[in-house]
Amino acid sequence: MELLIDIVLLTFLAITALAISHVRKLFCAIMLASIFSLLCACLFVTMDAVDVAFTEAAVGTGIAGILMLGALRLTETREKRPPHQPWLALLVVCTTGAVLIYGTADLPAYGDPAAPIHQHVAPRYISQSQQEVGPPNFVTSVLASYRGFDTLGETLVIFTAGVSVVALLGFRSLRQFLRNRRRPSVMADHLVLRIVAKMFIPLILLFALYVQFHGDYGPGGGFQAGVIFASALILYTLTYGLAKALQVLPPRILYLLAAGGVLLYGGTGWLCVLRGGHFLDYRALASDPLVGQHLGILLIEAGVGMTVFAVMVLMFFAFSSRKEPQS
Amino acid sequence: MALLLDLMTAVFLLLGSLIGLTGGIGVHRLPDFFTRLHACGLTDSACAFLVLTGLMLQSGWSLVSLKLIFILIFLLVTSPTASHALAKTALGCGERPLSQRGTED
Amino acid sequence: MTLAGHYNYWVAIFLMMTGFYVVISRGNLIKKLIGLNLFTTSVFILYISLGKVTGGTAPIAAPGVTLYSNPLPHVLILTAIVVGVATTAVGLALVVRIHESYGTIEEDEIRLRDESL
Repeated sequence: MELLIDIVLLTFLAITALAISHVRKLFCAIMLASIFSLLCACLFVTMDAVDVAFTEAAVGTGIAGILMLGALRLTETREKRPPHQPWLALLVVCTTGAVLIYGTADLPAYGDPAAPIHQHVAPRYISQSQQEVGPPNFVTSVLASYRGFDTLGETLVIFTAGVSVVALLGFRSLRQFLRNRRRPSVMADHLVLRIVAKMFIPLILLFALYVQFHGDYGPGGGFQAGVIFASALILYTLTYGLAKALQVLPPRILYLLAAGGVLLYGGTGWLCVLRGGHFLDYRALASDPLVGQHLGILLIEAGVGMTVFAVMVLMFFAFSSRKEPQS
Repeated sequence: MALLLDLMTAVFLLLGSLIGLTGGIGVHRLPDFFTRLHACGLTDSACAFLVLTGLMLQSGWSLVSLKLIFILIFLLVTSPTASHALAKTALGCGERPLSQRGTED
Repeated sequence: MTLAGHYNYWVAIFLMMTGFYVVISRGNLIKKLIGLNLFTTSVFILYISLGKVTGGTAPIAAPGVTLYSNPLPHVLILTAIVVGVATTAVGLALVVRIHESYGTIEEDEIRLRDESL
């Protein structure tokens, strides 16, 4: 039965992918890409990857779609007919695909419990993580404690991407926005939308806080929470205008939050060294190793959440405050 | 009792899927933007309500049902808002319903 | 090599190749980025399929459950998803700046403008 759901979802994914390569209106392509991400999130749930499904739905559908629409507003919306024949591209693609499929002959069957991937570190993580680290969610304990160094690198990558986008696109200053105060916001007469947004933004923020702290016991954690925080602020920006949003959260506070999150993460690692353990060895943070692990995971997830929130909002502000082309 | 619950869940889920399918066919086949918007609004509200109620019947009185109720309330408030925003923007951009297209030019 | 055993991998490879095709055959820069996104997401599908255990549940400790799916691919793919969106964002910022400099985001027109300089 699960196999049937799997097969249907994968078929829908294949159809969506073919549609993306066929449509020439870029707006439709971006919407299809968001649908693709949502279908992938459903597929991940059937494959028992609930954390990954959560992140893919939040990040791939929401943030990636919003950023692509932001870029689309600043450039053109239709793709020109491809200038050359697709035969060479098709040949390359088919050859690569055939070689890859030949390579999957050696892969273990889907769902095989005796596959090599389940024989090395994974049994130790599953059986020992509750005694060594504590949280019932094995993914959080592996992400934050056993493989904490990789997560530090990932936070740094997000921070670097935020820095790059701000360096490339920059901001119009708040003063330039307030000069146009007489012009009403685009959404000023969308009364229903503004009231519903006003009702829901606090609930979305509350849910983001819940996801941040509940990551130990269920799917969740810093990344998903940061993205949900950012989406609440993006909803506010879309309904009330960029000028108001820049007054609520000026970019200099966002810079501080982004850098502060990375500093919190690295600082936790250094605190462990100062107290006598290794870098990011949270057992040194308290006299009881499990309490230390819990404290360490709390601190670094907070750091990750801060950085992800600040960077996503910064990127959205950068895209939406760029002047439209004067054509 | 369990059999009755299972039967009702099956009925709700089946009805929900049928309505979803109808909404999908409507989005594809209906002639005008506003009629298509109505079809997908049907999917958002009726299909979501039926499917979520079916799931709530299966999970009984538990935390899962409470979370499903929250999801249902959220969907029932935000989906009509989205349809409203789409329709209002379309009217603002000059899109006119089929019935009004012949009368004004 | 049965159909049921390997269907996931083959469809993931098909999706990868579709994304790859969009990247190499389309001239529009935003379309290329969408194709790249397609490629990365289908790699995630391949990776997560490798971690699934039949009869297991999600890797969250629950009373009475003995068989869990492998948590390690999930951790790696969590990182990869966020890195993927970061890359897409930087790519989109670059496309916006290219459009402002060249006036177009079609690859062949950009090349023409560069060669005529």
